[in-house]
Amino acid sequence: MSRFRKKRGKASPAIQTASLPDIIFMLLFFFMVVTVLRDADIIVQVTTPEATELTSLGRKSLVNYIYIGVPYDRYQHIYGSSPRIQMGDAIRGLNDIALFIGEHRLRVPENQIPAITTSLRVDGDVTMGIVSDVKIELRKAEQYKVNYSARPRIE
Amino acid sequence: MARKSARDRMSNEINAGAMADIAFLLLIFFLVTTTIVEDRGILVRLPPWAEDEEIEQIADRNVLSILVNAQNQLLVRGEREDISNLRERSKEFIMNPMNLSTMPASPRDAIISLRNDRGTSYETYLEVYNEIMGAYNELRDELAESMFGERYEDLNIDQRREIRSEIPMIISEAEPTEFGEER
Repeated sequence: MSRFRKKRGKASPAIQTASLPDIIFMLLFFFMVVTVLRDADIIVQVTTPEATELTSLGRKSLVNYIYIGVPYDRYQHIYGSSPRIQMGDAIRGLNDIALFIGEHRLRVPENQIPAITTSLRVDGDVTMGIVSDVKIELRKAEQYKVNYSARPRIE
Repeated sequence: MARKSARDRMSNEINAGAMADIAFLLLIFFLVTTTIVEDRGILVRLPPWAEDEEIEQIADRNVLSILVNAQNQLLVRGEREDISNLRERSKEFIMNPMNLSTMPASPRDAIISLRNDRGTSYETYLEVYNEIMGAYNELRDELAESMFGERYEDLNIDQRREIRSEIPMIISEAEPTEFGEER
């Protein structure tokens, strides 16, 4: 009798937490794999227009971004208040587009170069002049696959 | 004797409870710093650049010319049009259900020509582009439904190619005119 009683008394009342870190680590790894750190600091303000005929872009490593829009207020004393082109994390000119595309091509395996997409993230209020100029530069740089970034329209 | 029993009571397991806290901290850091930006948009293929482009003569019946001016107004084949009618108008032009002599004999000949001013807003441009894409997508869906009984998206590569050869999407974009104030 006394033996049984002793055993019951010894049982630990604490919940086993040893496996908790494993679960949390699993979540952690999930988020680390799924998310991509935004590499560029956005200088220009971009609100993309709405559209219905949307396609999702594929692999992130095969996409480069060109932003066109008016610089944010805090940058306007440097870059002015007319629409500017941002590539990577800097404001750059039209002449730099070929270089920017070329830089991206160097980082991609040769057989995947034709799959490179340029995503144009353009503010809806920007006029077509600057967009056309960018498109001509892209064509000159032989970057034909272009995505006009847009938000899905909620109807 | 008493000292020995004290050492015995010492657990030789590492306390792993705090590990969860550390992992939580990391987890929260990643949750806060990362943004899942799913980029979607209208995928287009630009034509190769040519210094002086050859001007091809195309029969008038095969071209639907769309002009968007700097006031974001639309001119389709010389007459004012509303953006909301553009999708239906394009579909009718491409398929030519009445066999009119002013529209292409087959969808393969249909060319939509888009021209805008430098002052046209990007939003309007994209809306027009979206409507044209929408017209083509709807037509391809309809054809896919009648040929294979499935939506265009669900077809395999060969079937898609067949549909695409039947209704190719030819959108010609001319250089923008210099009109309109740029901002």
